[in-house]
Amino acid sequence: MSQQTLTLSENTTTETPLRVESLRKEFGGITAVADTSFAVEKGSLTGLIGPNGAGKSTTFNCITGVYTPTAGRVYFDDTDITTDSPHEIAQQGLVRTFQIARELSEMTVMENMMLSPKHQQGESLLRSVLPGLREAVIKQEEKNRERVWEMLEFFEIDHLAGEYAGNLSGGQAKLLEMARALMTDPEVVLLDEPLAGVNPTLEQKLLDRIHTLCDEGYTFLLVEHDMNIIMNHCERIIVMHQGQVLADGDADAIRENERVIDAYLGDPV
Amino acid sequence: MSGKLSEKTVRETVITAIGEMVGDNDLRMIAGLLAGVYLLCIALGLLAGFPIGGIVNTLRAVTVFAAGYGMLVLALNLHWGYTGLFNIGVAGFMAIGTYVTAILSSPPTMMPGPGLGLPVPIAILGGMVATAIAGLLTALPALKMRADYLAIVTVALSEIIRLSIKSQSLAEFTLAGRTLGTGGGRGIRYPAPGSIGGAVTETVPGMATLAEAAAAVGINTPVFTGLIYMFILVATVAIFYSIIVRIGSSPFGRVLKAIREDELVASSLGKNTSIYKLKIFAFGCALMGLGGYLWLGRSGFVNDLSFRPNITFFIFIALIIGGAGSNTGSILGGIMFSSLLFYVPQFVSQNFSGNASPPGSFAAAIDGAIVPYIITNIGPLRFVGIGVLLIYLIQRRPDGILGHRKEDAAAVNLGERPQSQSRVNKEKSS
Amino acid sequence: MGVAERVWQGRGRISDRLGTILIAVMILILIGDVLSQLLTGVIAVPYVASIIIEGIVVGLAYGLAGIGLSMTYSILSFANFAHGDTITVGAFSGWSVAYAIGGIGSTSFGSLFLLNATPGISIVTSFWVVILGLISAAVITVAVSLAVDRLVYHPIRDAEGISLLIASIGVALTFRYLIAFFYGTSVRGITDPASKVGLFSVNGQIGVGVIRPNQQLAQLTSTDALPAFLELTSTAGPSEVILSMTLHAVVLVVVASLLMLGVHLLLQQTKLGKAMRAMADNKSLAQVSGIPTERIIRMTWIIGGALTGMAGFLIVLNSGTTNFNFGWRLLLYIFASVILGGIGSIYGAIAGGLIIGLVNSIAIIWLPSGLTKVAAFAVLIIVLLVRPEGLFGGVTTA
Repeated sequence: MSQQTLTLSENTTTETPLRVESLRKEFGGITAVADTSFAVEKGSLTGLIGPNGAGKSTTFNCITGVYTPTAGRVYFDDTDITTDSPHEIAQQGLVRTFQIARELSEMTVMENMMLSPKHQQGESLLRSVLPGLREAVIKQEEKNRERVWEMLEFFEIDHLAGEYAGNLSGGQAKLLEMARALMTDPEVVLLDEPLAGVNPTLEQKLLDRIHTLCDEGYTFLLVEHDMNIIMNHCERIIVMHQGQVLADGDADAIRENERVIDAYLGDPV
Repeated sequence: MSGKLSEKTVRETVITAIGEMVGDNDLRMIAGLLAGVYLLCIALGLLAGFPIGGIVNTLRAVTVFAAGYGMLVLALNLHWGYTGLFNIGVAGFMAIGTYVTAILSSPPTMMPGPGLGLPVPIAILGGMVATAIAGLLTALPALKMRADYLAIVTVALSEIIRLSIKSQSLAEFTLAGRTLGTGGGRGIRYPAPGSIGGAVTETVPGMATLAEAAAAVGINTPVFTGLIYMFILVATVAIFYSIIVRIGSSPFGRVLKAIREDELVASSLGKNTSIYKLKIFAFGCALMGLGGYLWLGRSGFVNDLSFRPNITFFIFIALIIGGAGSNTGSILGGIMFSSLLFYVPQFVSQNFSGNASPPGSFAAAIDGAIVPYIITNIGPLRFVGIGVLLIYLIQRRPDGILGHRKEDAAAVNLGERPQSQSRVNKEKSS
Repeated sequence: MGVAERVWQGRGRISDRLGTILIAVMILILIGDVLSQLLTGVIAVPYVASIIIEGIVVGLAYGLAGIGLSMTYSILSFANFAHGDTITVGAFSGWSVAYAIGGIGSTSFGSLFLLNATPGISIVTSFWVVILGLISAAVITVAVSLAVDRLVYHPIRDAEGISLLIASIGVALTFRYLIAFFYGTSVRGITDPASKVGLFSVNGQIGVGVIRPNQQLAQLTSTDALPAFLELTSTAGPSEVILSMTLHAVVLVVVASLLMLGVHLLLQQTKLGKAMRAMADNKSLAQVSGIPTERIIRMTWIIGGALTGMAGFLIVLNSGTTNFNFGWRLLLYIFASVILGGIGSIYGAIAGGLIIGLVNSIAIIWLPSGLTKVAAFAVLIIVLLVRPEGLFGGVTTA
């Protein structure tokens, strides 16, 4: 994947581009997330783990604007995004993937990917129609198309470029999900079980690439159930249980944490 | 953008636009279907014993019908085929466009329905703007509604509009010192867009001689001027077709499709889906308003009966036949529905009933005169057929003729691929 | 639609509570206006009484018809646009049978069955014929509904709601225009006028009684001319009708109420009701739990079809005339009732129907006659904006 495919804005200087403070989300009588706080460091690959029902997806949804938290705040690059809508948050550079891949099934893989790049001139009604302006749109589309091909090649799904996304296998759809998210040139990426159904070689290749991006300043928050991946790749791990942060530290600290072991009820950690 | 469009730019634009259309099979498909329909009409006309003038008039009527439908189906395709907005209030928006244009262009002395007497082009613009605003007002609250609720709201709105038009209280009213009116149940009269045919014949050099030549062949003046209007209407549809094809083949169109597929995903990728929905809803409605005026309102008179909900459903059926999501499909569906399901049966019923006095009711018909009864009452049976067709389409062919076609929403060919060095290396090493 | 979207779409609803408060205020203002108009003599009590009664009668009809729509909406998950024309089917089939039986011997069967003759039916003269017609309306509509479900909806059972909606539009057109083909498109009178029951003022006496259709209170010299009269008090006022209902309207109210009670009991006290609620809530879960979903769907069409058919028959009984698209013209009102009341709720359908019926007839106090219908539609739109789940929504009462 060429260096030009992703470019990180030079304006970000905060140490923790993503911060969650005292987050709380209630649905009727149920508290899905209660007083959760953590900060994700810039350029890190941070893991977010916990048993089912721990509140990980709800936390993701609160961060990305799908839910409005009942209480607490979410900060992105020190800006309060707690009440921002999903599209505003994505435009600012925080993007997420979905646990169950949401590919746009009646659109091709290429179309799915071409959605992602930011600042597309052709997204204006006038510019896509008027002569002269449309020429500029065509040029930009050609550039984006090149970048999309590169990304597809890296994810090894370029041979599916013309396929309807609905025809992809489960693993392929997850790859599209991640490729599409990265194509938006984000600053912080929330990945929800992105590697389910992906073959080990490709999995390693993707993790290597994520590490390289981290070195370049991109930040990843990764939800995964595969403990090997979490323990071997995440420099920091946040453990959630019943809506709260149970533990927060590096792999060794988490491995030896009694409460974490209890929470997982003896799962090999 | 710099001041005036240079002649060169205009020429380039036209050539590019035509190129976009002629490039594929699409224009050939449209022409082919139209030719088939023409042949059928000619055959039927000959069977019915029509003179040349009559046959030409039939072809003219069919084309006008098809063009009108084409325009409206294209607009509905923008709403539903591309963006997934289930708008069953089409008839209402057509009514707004027609009535506003009518009131704006109708002279203050006209009865019923006095107006402002503005020049027609300005009135048309006014009608489109009014319909666009109506669309915005409808879409704004409906942004967060589920699809079937939007359907109910739009049909309720369409009925409110129709009832308001019919109501006597709005038949005449004063606004800022001027008397305006909808005419209530009596309808509204205004300068007919169809009359432009006559204006062209009189003013454009050479037209008058052409008209005389046509009359000599059997095509008398009303048919001739009607033909001119037909060409203008077809040209308008062609212009909108190319504009809409451009919209569809662009990032804007891509976002619309994404909204239809999964609005949350579109949002999570940074697209402000509400703005897109509002824009396309307003644009589509403006087009519906224009279509209402140019097609249903072409004779210079409409009333509330011109805009009943049935029209909306027919346009939907035409869209489903052609394939929701495809612009060419919209045109094809419009042609098929209007001519084959509407015009032809009506034609048959009017000209081939033969029998002296068909039975007045089904009860009487049971005693042996069923066929004449069916032919004279083909109207209701036609709708039964349309209903059954709709069920069949949804069950077996929900994609219609062209809905399954991969029409990439992009301004460039997405299949084109740069020869990257890594691929060349890969090929060398394998 | 996942949980994510439902909550996400609800994000901007701070206006909800504000909207409800505004509506409550508006209703209070309107009630105040009616009272003031009554007190100052702009309008008279009998007038207000008559439009309220009309609103209730029409509203009960909407409610009865709405139960079927509410059930299909919640259990089959789509908006059935053929529901209005199903009402028409019920009316025409029931009355054809009534005519065929009631007019035996007078003219040809064909003429009778196609409602071309006038055997002179009204509830008083041919009570059992009317009852028979009512039952036939139910039976035939159920048969038609089941057949349509088998042919049209069953093959696309799991399709999206919009696809089923479009298919139902096809069904609506088929029903409506088959009826138009066989019966013609003109409006026809069906029943003879019926006697009225109510509160009357006759010759200085106020009381409850019955008045024949051809009698005029002002011309009566004594209450003995009336078929029935029970004096309550005396008065100095003129002879006039204070409030009244035709016997046909009474039949509608009584039958509708009985049916609604019956459905309520049926669904509250039986396993069927529980199963229906389960299906309305979460269809796949219901299937997995062993609930026989296809059987429940059949029962939905049976109960819904019967109620809808009878509603159509009764509406025509009350109004005295019919034509091929009267059900279609009612469709939006019934949608309004069902959505206002909350989809899936029987109480909701009834309450919604009454409210819409009342709005429709009371609106005449403020709006010109051509625009009263607009009021009901406006109510529908407001409800969809402010409280789309309706009054009883989210509460799945049987």
